[in-house]
Amino acid sequence: MIILASIIHVVLALSLSPLLIGVINRVKAKFAGRRGRPLLQLYYDLWKLLHKGAVYSTTTTWVFRTGPLVGISAVLVAISLVPLGRVPALAAFDGDIILLAYVLGLMRFMTVLAALDTGSAFEGMGAGREVQFSLLAEPALLLGVGALSISTGDWSLSGIYGSLFADGLAAVAPTAVMVAASLLIILLAENSRIPVDDPNTHLELTMIHEVMVLDHGGVDLAFIQYAAALKLWVFCALFVGVALPLQMHWPLVDLAFGMAGVFIVAMVIGVIESTMARLRLLRVPQMLVVSAVLAMIAVLWALR
Amino acid sequence: MSAEHPAIIRNAQVADLEACPCMSAGDFRQTLCARVSAGARLSALFARRKAGESGGRLYAVLAMPGSNNLGLLCCDVGDSYPSITGDCPAAHWFEREIAERAGIRPEGHPWLKPVRFAGKDVGLTDFYRMDGNEVHEVAVGPVHAGVIEPGHFRFQCHGETVHHLEISLGYQHRGIEDALIGGPDARTIHYIEPLAGDTTIGHATAYAMAIEALGGSRPSARAHAIRAIAAELERLANHIGDLGALAGDVGFLPTMSYCGRIRGDVLNCTGVLCGNRFGRRLVVPGGIMHDLDERLCKDLLDRLESIERDATDAIELMFNAPSVLARFEGAGTVSHELANQLGLVGVAARASDIEYDVRREFPYGIYQFTQMPICTWSTGDCFARAYVRWLEAKQSFAFVREHLRSLPAGATRQGVGELAAGKIVVALVEGWRGEICHVVGTDQSGRFAFYKIVDPSFHNWFGLAMALREQQISDFPLCNKSFNLSYCGHDL
Repeated sequence: MIILASIIHVVLALSLSPLLIGVINRVKAKFAGRRGRPLLQLYYDLWKLLHKGAVYSTTTTWVFRTGPLVGISAVLVAISLVPLGRVPALAAFDGDIILLAYVLGLMRFMTVLAALDTGSAFEGMGAGREVQFSLLAEPALLLGVGALSISTGDWSLSGIYGSLFADGLAAVAPTAVMVAASLLIILLAENSRIPVDDPNTHLELTMIHEVMVLDHGGVDLAFIQYAAALKLWVFCALFVGVALPLQMHWPLVDLAFGMAGVFIVAMVIGVIESTMARLRLLRVPQMLVVSAVLAMIAVLWALR
Repeated sequence: MSAEHPAIIRNAQVADLEACPCMSAGDFRQTLCARVSAGARLSALFARRKAGESGGRLYAVLAMPGSNNLGLLCCDVGDSYPSITGDCPAAHWFEREIAERAGIRPEGHPWLKPVRFAGKDVGLTDFYRMDGNEVHEVAVGPVHAGVIEPGHFRFQCHGETVHHLEISLGYQHRGIEDALIGGPDARTIHYIEPLAGDTTIGHATAYAMAIEALGGSRPSARAHAIRAIAAELERLANHIGDLGALAGDVGFLPTMSYCGRIRGDVLNCTGVLCGNRFGRRLVVPGGIMHDLDERLCKDLLDRLESIERDATDAIELMFNAPSVLARFEGAGTVSHELANQLGLVGVAARASDIEYDVRREFPYGIYQFTQMPICTWSTGDCFARAYVRWLEAKQSFAFVREHLRSLPAGATRQGVGELAAGKIVVALVEGWRGEICHVVGTDQSGRFAFYKIVDPSFHNWFGLAMALREQQISDFPLCNKSFNLSYCGHDL
């Protein structure tokens, strides 16, 4: 039964992650008094892009074409490593968080290389910003999960999330709250959401992630957008597992709670994006340091 | 001090072209610099080339706030003359234009480059470059990601910090000033109205004032009032649209979405007034083309009431959001001194605490009988430029409401006679961006001998370049939008 829930989770993640983007955009539209684009818009976009050819600049090399492929491969590995709430991941082993952090790192590394490969000033700036911010976000992620690992005494993600609230809420509540706050900031930063980045802007001088993929088109762009949706799912799942202290011990019910949690997180992202402006880029590292400090305090609390 | 004095004229009053004292180049320069350092503003500086001869005649229009007087200076020069920019930075862009258009070289100009590339390949020039291992150059445009006009921007950056921004325009040059010579004719108004498409009323009003002065026509108070209502609606539409766009640039979505819609509602009011949302064919020499009756006034008042309520909600929401203020405050600061030196106009100047508004200093039309309070702010940053817009919008709401309720009686349109021959007239208007200056001279048969147009953007583009110094390159779109200058108004 548990393995069935894990398989269903991966299937749902693969099929529903573009809907997450639709939910975020719908919430933003409602806040702005608009009707908004269709919930399934990203599916339509992906379908359209998959039927398009691609144009490659003559200055680019194989690196540029490899970026989207590595990106989607890496995030597919990540999806199989991440538990959804109490539903364990498809693959679980001691230290899988390290693999998870570094397949995401690999994805970013190839995206950055592909961006630099174009030789464009904009993409170089975007790559610089992406690397600078991830430099600060990655330790925060590892510290946060480390804190959970210490409080549960388990060393695999599925084990940690499965036993996090097993001894009751009170024991881990302070750790969980701080790690959840830290993870939310990382989620916004890693998925280029407001207040770190603006996924809707057309202003190439202010972008971070969007500017790095400006030169991609067709199937490549479809891969990038789908991979971005899956990556959002990965972080939502990590966040839900900490923020939603429910455990039913019925795998399918836990799965349903986890799914509901992921979509609630999407709505929360929509609300955040609707109610605050982007930070000045100089301020972004400060916010990421806050997330790392929160995770650090969680570690200290867990070690106490 | 020089003994020479400029000829004193008034806004939209004719003077003899020959009555203007023709000075030597040295006196011209000295008089101009003395007046500017005494508080006068350089509204226009241009050259008229004499047909078939070398050299030409320089004209300068000085606006002297507080006195209601405009000063007119001229001097005959050969193929070159000593540059004024060194002592009067406000002349910088004008002198570059003189060199390009009339082929008269300002000797010693610190930065002599084309401004519009008339007759040359647009954008080909020696751009300023910084050298250094970690200095990089970012070139943006002329084709942009949004639906905006073409212009080329070059940043010299160190990391994210911009050390220098060079702005290269000219992609929209249509040769309007040359095309107007020999007018007015049936085409003239169609050159004037889309000169800067979002300032139709402003430029058409300046043109109409110049023609009325030359043709001896005095429009009725009613025509003046309806012109002013249209001008304030234009200001409202653009200010509200700009505030929404500023919110969009920092990713604050509610205000962006609502202001986009509210701007459309204000444009619809102009549509109710004259059948065109941008005010085309409303203002004509002699008066206006469309009258307002009781029913239309009532309709407009009702529309404005809901527009003002919605705009207040949407915009106050933005100014109450700490995350928005954190982005606006301290971004793209232009100090009071710098704004004065560069001769900035309009919102950009008032945001740097320069109390200058043509509607008060050189009142024209209905503003002669109504005081428009000047809205200023002292910080000179993006916040100031945004907030001054909102303060002005509130004044405009009140103005339009008051005048719709008490429209004076009178004919909508008077006849305009033959234009007086051998005259010059300067028409100053406060468009929504700032001071619009039209300088018109007529020849011996009463046709346009020259028609000089200075859009407020012409004064302000260099202000944007200076505002970006030592700023973050990611703040450029925000700073650019806070100035929101016209490319076509500059390029003519």
